[in-house]
Amino acid sequence: MKSNGKASPRVRCAIIGSGNIGTDLMVKLLRSEALELVALAGIDPASEGLARARTAGIKTFENGIDGLLSLKPLPEIVFDATSAHSHLKHAPRLREAGIIAIDLTPAAVGEYVVPSVNIGERLGADNLNLVTCGGQATIPIVAAVSSVASVEYAEIVATIASASAGPGTRQNIDEFTQTTARGLERLGGARHGKAIIVLNPADPPILMRDTIYVRFAAGASHEEITASIRRTVREMQQFVPGYRLRAEPLFDDDQVTVMLEVEGAGDFLPIYSGNLDIMTAAAVRVGEETARHLMSVRSDREAAAERL
Amino acid sequence: MNRPLKICDVSLRDGSHVIRHQFTCEQVASIARGLDEAGVHMVEVSHGDGLGGSSIQYGMSRVNELDLIRTARSVLKRAKLTVLLLPGIGTRDDLKAARDLGAEVVRVATHCTEADVAQQHISLARELGMQVSGFLMMAHMSSPKDLAAQARLMESYGAHAVYVTDSAGALTVDGARERVRALRDALQCEVGFHGHNNLSLAVANTLAAIEEGATWIDAAARGFGAGAGNTATEVLAAVLDRLGKNPGLDVFKLMDVAEELVPPVMQRPAEIDRAALTLGYCGVYSSFLRHAERAAEKFGVDAREILVEVGKRKAVGGQEDMIIEVALELSQRRAPTAS
Repeated sequence: MKSNGKASPRVRCAIIGSGNIGTDLMVKLLRSEALELVALAGIDPASEGLARARTAGIKTFENGIDGLLSLKPLPEIVFDATSAHSHLKHAPRLREAGIIAIDLTPAAVGEYVVPSVNIGERLGADNLNLVTCGGQATIPIVAAVSSVASVEYAEIVATIASASAGPGTRQNIDEFTQTTARGLERLGGARHGKAIIVLNPADPPILMRDTIYVRFAAGASHEEITASIRRTVREMQQFVPGYRLRAEPLFDDDQVTVMLEVEGAGDFLPIYSGNLDIMTAAAVRVGEETARHLMSVRSDREAAAERL
Repeated sequence: MNRPLKICDVSLRDGSHVIRHQFTCEQVASIARGLDEAGVHMVEVSHGDGLGGSSIQYGMSRVNELDLIRTARSVLKRAKLTVLLLPGIGTRDDLKAARDLGAEVVRVATHCTEADVAQQHISLARELGMQVSGFLMMAHMSSPKDLAAQARLMESYGAHAVYVTDSAGALTVDGARERVRALRDALQCEVGFHGHNNLSLAVANTLAAIEEGATWIDAAARGFGAGAGNTATEVLAAVLDRLGKNPGLDVFKLMDVAEELVPPVMQRPAEIDRAALTLGYCGVYSSFLRHAERAAEKFGVDAREILVEVGKRKAVGGQEDMIIEVALELSQRRAPTAS
């Protein structure tokens, strides 16, 4: 019904949520070679995001998900950049409509995904949750250590510019720490995880900083751990160019301390919003991998149909 | 408006920083019992960085703070058992656990510009039937007007009191006075004051705060708290007594607690040494002191240089990780010239 014999080279996607995150995501998706952004749905007609979308020639809806689900044909992937509360309502409707949801809220309806860690295992799921910004920045480092040593305990401290912590984060700060800690365990491979968030109001705003403390089993090679962390940082830089170590990994017996900062790409959000940029960049990455997966499933199916 | 003074002794929480969170149940029982008998109204027991603070970042607790809280509960007869919670570090689950063990009062602490992260926790405290105060830390970094606006938020969430918290011991007397007055003018609820003695002004600031109408007053026996310590409870009691404002404290018993029970626990006296003075002088979070000293030793730099630099970078409470990074940078900057 969709492919019409000649599949479009890109997979159709849309965004719900025309706030800062949805708008930054739009700017990134407009550059994607795997995804075609067909609509942005918001609920605030006056939002800058909707205005920008109109200018860019993207279809807009002012009635949120209702409008989006009236699209014909429907998009195959929808990014939800609203709130946890809203996503709980959106998730079942998207699922019913056969749309894959990529969830940037802390709703955690779907399985956690951090692209550099477990995207391969999650392709095909109908709802993918991006954990938290702190999780996107730090879980890859913990996973890097886990890949070469058994990790007893991982603790992260995310320091974010106050100007870059929206009401969602502020009113749900426990959800941030708890979800991130769970992510450190489930995806990072730590036996125990702990997360701390600090807001810093300095002006000009600071870049996002993350400190990751990892305690590993005695005897693991410090060289291997450092090499693994470096590989991960390079991988992260492929889609978050401003992701970098602030210092060499510091070892203290069976503990390593990794200090990084995340400078945003400045697409729509200011560069100090590295915490939000890493979320939108991760969302695009997950969306693109999902699109490639859909295309390959489709072409396999077509090939099989031809053989019959 | 008859609002009596209430003294909260914070030594079993703020003192935790001094001894790197190594309190034992025996120590807590001994000091808490002494404070209770001396008529202190609230006794605060938590990890130095509040419930859930046990971490590599701030220091691992030797004994689970819930065991320390349980111990304090078993000895306190009159004083209200009090805990501290910093949203972003501790969670509502931690607060419920403390409440289940008998905590009656909670102070929900945020940086002085970030009151809105406390909404969940202050609301929960009210639901749990607790007394709750908001704790606006590093108050010297905000103007009286801005601080009052943040305090109003905390009041709107349900706080019974909001504190001017001089975490860096950097306020001078007029600064303390103006901030308390601004809160007093803006709020219906009570106002509190928490001082550190880094500039030797803790008692003076506290008196000014009381004159301006602050009624929740923090102090620590023998000043057992971060940096150069807090307002010493026994000294404050003696001063209040001389002024005819003693809210029921037994001055001699507090002296005994300060002289007999606290020193064996506190490892080192609360004194204004050069590093502690630097905290007040540069406006740096008092609990950074021990972390800076350790980093100074490890990286071969001056603790004062570290503190000055983290002050310049506008670090807020909770950013202890910046200390390691700054120490490392300072040592690397020095290395080439030394060789």
